[in-house]
Amino acid sequence: MTGLTPSQTVGPYFAMRLPWPDGPYVVPEGTPGAVVIVGRVYDGAGNTIPDALIETWQADPDGRFAHPHDPRGASPSGYREFRGFGRCETSPDGSYRIVTLKPGPLPTPEGDIEAPHLDVSVFARGLLDRVVTRMYFPDELAANAADPVLSTVERARRSTLVAVAEPEGHLRFDIRLQGRHETVFFDI
Amino acid sequence: MTADAARRIAAVPTTTEETEPLVLPSYERPAAGVHPPLDFEGYRSTSLRHPKRPLVLLPHRLTEVTGPLLGNDLITMQDADLTTQRGGEPQGQRIIVAGRVLDSDGRPVPDTLVEIWQTNAAGRYRHAREHHPAPLDPNFDGLGRCITDAGGRYRFITIQPGAYPWGNHHNAWRPAHIHFSLFGRAFTQRLVTQMYFPGDPLLPLDPIFNSVPDEKARQRLIAAFDIELTQPEWALGYNWDIVLRGRDGTVFE
Repeated sequence: MTGLTPSQTVGPYFAMRLPWPDGPYVVPEGTPGAVVIVGRVYDGAGNTIPDALIETWQADPDGRFAHPHDPRGASPSGYREFRGFGRCETSPDGSYRIVTLKPGPLPTPEGDIEAPHLDVSVFARGLLDRVVTRMYFPDELAANAADPVLSTVERARRSTLVAVAEPEGHLRFDIRLQGRHETVFFDI
Repeated sequence: MTADAARRIAAVPTTTEETEPLVLPSYERPAAGVHPPLDFEGYRSTSLRHPKRPLVLLPHRLTEVTGPLLGNDLITMQDADLTTQRGGEPQGQRIIVAGRVLDSDGRPVPDTLVEIWQTNAAGRYRHAREHHPAPLDPNFDGLGRCITDAGGRYRFITIQPGAYPWGNHHNAWRPAHIHFSLFGRAFTQRLVTQMYFPGDPLLPLDPIFNSVPDEKARQRLIAAFDIELTQPEWALGYNWDIVLRGRDGTVFE
């Protein structure tokens, strides 16, 4: 065994390098069926965080990954412009925006079905390691109720993991690093 | 599950392979003390930004054992040479920083994107919110990226970064460092870290470096001067291997 390299904070100046012009676009803007996820990142005083980086990773709409560790392989229907990965730095008002396709449900080795979700990493000055959360979808009540991860989360806190449908058609997923409505974060 | 979700699962063509139980790799959980705690008193900005509730254990399932395999379309050769990106020669000591990206089983991690950013020789970042009164260098942006080769190797040509004050406490100076961002091959392997230089007198004073509890792990953040990597009449060489989480238990290739 070789010892792991420790994490260090992304610091205040990652925006020099890490944002990509097309980072927020898991699929191009205007792709049929695209969902737009918006949100803000808050600190423990309730202030928005203007120097955070959000990254998302998810299955395609068939619940599959174009990756060697998904034994089922890429989706046969093919989502040519879908790359599964999104990256967006927060604006001065603490907001981020990701354009993607809704993922499908996922099988687990235990024979359960995971509800559609995105894995979300948050990096920021003041975070010595990334924190990881999941975003679930508000129109999947039954699937969310049966999800094997959500069911391990204290009931009163589950709502922090479910996006909110906004009248404009966006999904809102705010992330609170600390405080009364602190988002549930995972040990991965 | 909604009827729509059920239809989507049913719509996935069933082959013999797919009716077999899903078997996934699992990734090592880092030992205590390797990664810094999220709440670290010496680093002021952690106080309002660390979660106070305990983390919930997330099993490694499909979303966690897969990850973005990015890069080739993003990269040009010039991205790995930070000294030739602006036309003229930047000021400062030219250095080569090279090493391997490995997993904790010692296996190379090939074809993975490595992104770096750093100050110039004077300790100044090219960033709008940076106010350190040190000169910008018109010939240095401090941004690099490359893809590891089949042996997990990466290599950058750059300039020795400078130390800079950061206001965390009285007379606080960050030791010279280069920020590294890595993906590995799975979401679990994602790592953002910093590489430091050997013998830097600021290291014992730096809360960010010293936030790593385990002494041996902390030392792994420091590159080694390498005379073999050093090019005569041209540039000093520093070697730094980066180790990402490996798979534990039975491995399925």
